[in-house]
Amino acid sequence: MRPHLPRISRNALALSAVVTLSVGVLAACSSSGSSGSSASTTPSTSATANKTPIVIGASLSLTGDFSADGINYEHGYELWQHDVNAAGGILGRQVVLKILNDNSSPTQVATNYTTLISADHVDLTFGPFSSLLTTPADTVVAHNGYAFVEGAGGAPSVFQSPANEADHNIFDVSLPIRDEMVPFVNYIASLPASQRPKTAAYPMADDPFADPPVQLAQQMLQALGVKTVYSKIFPEEVADYKAPADQVAASGAQIVVLGSTDVPTVSAFMQAFEQSHYNPKLFIAAAGPDQGASFTSVVGKANATGMMVPDGWYPGFKDAASQKLVQEYVAKYGGSASSMSSDVAEAYSVGQVMQQAITATGGTDNAKIIAYLHSGATLTSVQGPVKFDSLGENGESDAFVFQWQNGVFDQVLPASAAGSVTIIATKPNWAS
Amino acid sequence: MAREIYQAIVDGILVGGVYALMAVGLTLIFGVLDIINIAQGILVILGAYLSYELAARLHIDLFLGLLVTVPAMFVIGVAIQWAFIRPLRGRERTSMTLLVTYAIALIIEGILYQAFGPNYKQLNGWYVTSSVHVFGFYLPYIYLFGFVLALALVAALYTMLYRTRFGRSVRATMQDETAARLVGIDTNRVSAITFGVGVAVTAAGGMVYGATSGGFNPNSGYDLISRLLAIIILGGLGSIGGAMVAAVFMLTLESLVDVWSPNWAIVVFYAALVLVLLIRPTGFFGRQPVRAQ
Repeated sequence: MRPHLPRISRNALALSAVVTLSVGVLAACSSSGSSGSSASTTPSTSATANKTPIVIGASLSLTGDFSADGINYEHGYELWQHDVNAAGGILGRQVVLKILNDNSSPTQVATNYTTLISADHVDLTFGPFSSLLTTPADTVVAHNGYAFVEGAGGAPSVFQSPANEADHNIFDVSLPIRDEMVPFVNYIASLPASQRPKTAAYPMADDPFADPPVQLAQQMLQALGVKTVYSKIFPEEVADYKAPADQVAASGAQIVVLGSTDVPTVSAFMQAFEQSHYNPKLFIAAAGPDQGASFTSVVGKANATGMMVPDGWYPGFKDAASQKLVQEYVAKYGGSASSMSSDVAEAYSVGQVMQQAITATGGTDNAKIIAYLHSGATLTSVQGPVKFDSLGENGESDAFVFQWQNGVFDQVLPASAAGSVTIIATKPNWAS
Repeated sequence: MAREIYQAIVDGILVGGVYALMAVGLTLIFGVLDIINIAQGILVILGAYLSYELAARLHIDLFLGLLVTVPAMFVIGVAIQWAFIRPLRGRERTSMTLLVTYAIALIIEGILYQAFGPNYKQLNGWYVTSSVHVFGFYLPYIYLFGFVLALALVAALYTMLYRTRFGRSVRATMQDETAARLVGIDTNRVSAITFGVGVAVTAAGGMVYGATSGGFNPNSGYDLISRLLAIIILGGLGSIGGAMVAAVFMLTLESLVDVWSPNWAIVVFYAALVLVLLIRPTGFFGRQPVRAQ
């Protein structure tokens, strides 16, 4: 006897088919960086045409909460791929990128790396965006014996994950984030006691990237005698930032150290502060102000002035390769140097480090690449020198603090570092 | 501490007004069409983008721009209902609409990504960053105007439902679609217009959300939908006034808990929903189901 199936009208079936097809077409259009399109846009010399390409897989957040950063990372990977292939590839082999969209989901990112390794049989892997996604991704990548070179998984929890402690396969080309606020704290310490701010507030989003540097800054500032008047961790997906922001404003803190992960968090706090007629003397955020035009277009260039963010790179970095990257980026994607996100340089650096490892080891053997990257060799990147410790942190990178000054994103701390300009020591009042 | 509590209550009421603006359309659509519109979050964002375009390209004030965006969203709503919802028939219609409205959300999100990219946008106006000082509290104009707009929209929807011939048709369709059809009501037309109205009022919610959220991009709708669903369930599915009351209640509760522990605020938000439903399964203002089951 045939099972009794529910009756579905022909219209419903037709509609379902149309919707399914539409979504499929849309997904196909929105998934980018496929191996085919990447390879077809890059030059190939006759000498390299017959060699097997090096296929590198990565999962990026092209949609979802991290999509702004994810797409910047895609730009960075693709610019590196273009430059490498234009120069004849690596060891005479063209590079093909295979990028899957993880929709900013920790579950999907693990699935994507399983697909890349087990189904697509990629030669090598690049990391996703954010510490939140790097840890679950590495459980898959480490299990399969792949080196995991990445630029956005700098939280302590990434390096101390069971997978990395067992396999030592993560290599973060960027600045370890825990110490990134230290130049800011050192600046406060350098001020004469009479000019040193007396109170500080530490609102933090619940995120492995955002909290550790803020918590370390809090410990160090407290040791300097700066009183903590607010310190709370709020969920990333709050209904509205007005309530925590109003509490910070009511505290009257002279310094605000915001543990943020994106532009809206910073922007919402700035907006609530302005509505409350509260203007901290110094305002530094873990992330957000580093997003170039994405930040200034939301908060306005005038209001951005004085806002600070720690990082390891900025578009004004005095390095020939870095300047070339900035020019390439502006030529391809438009805008100005200040509108470029540091995500692009981080991603580009991932490619550079992998390229040097492939060249040094003579191929794409992941075990050899892991051993080489742990050998103590000092590598180069557009962000500066790279040298990995036993857990894959880049011990050569220096922390800097950057500040928006009248529409320009400038390095301000450490004050003695090459390229630093004078810091705006008191944030101007809100402009609007 | 007392000041912090008062501040939290004020914040909760003001933010509750914003969420009410986003939720009334959702509850109206459910009440008439029996549809959980998963696309509500992205429709809020679509409304915000329409306001953004008018402000950025034509320098039209955000509130004035509603004269354009509300009718535009009405047309979009009617088109969605006609193209995607109306053809669905049969017992599995409700579950099918969940899938279809999710697909609509994906399509709109994809279009917005293509049109605007992933970078965040923000709606601006003099009232977005300005505030009035009352009894020691700074009340931002944007939240005050948003709250007044929410009250006005709820009143307008009530007038439409209870003081017009069309409203009688809507209520008849809500109670029993088959019986309504038998007495000569064009239920297809009622459904299309109601869906259009539900989407149209969302334009107002989108505008205020776009001005208060700190920035939005095509993905921002997903963070909204679970809260909006919780609000309309608590208020009573289909109850427009209930959505307003529930939004203010839930956001005030969340804001109050935030004073002590922000991480518990979101837990209490949903725990309150469960608790109220245990005591009153139909929500604050929900009626016993009268639809033919």
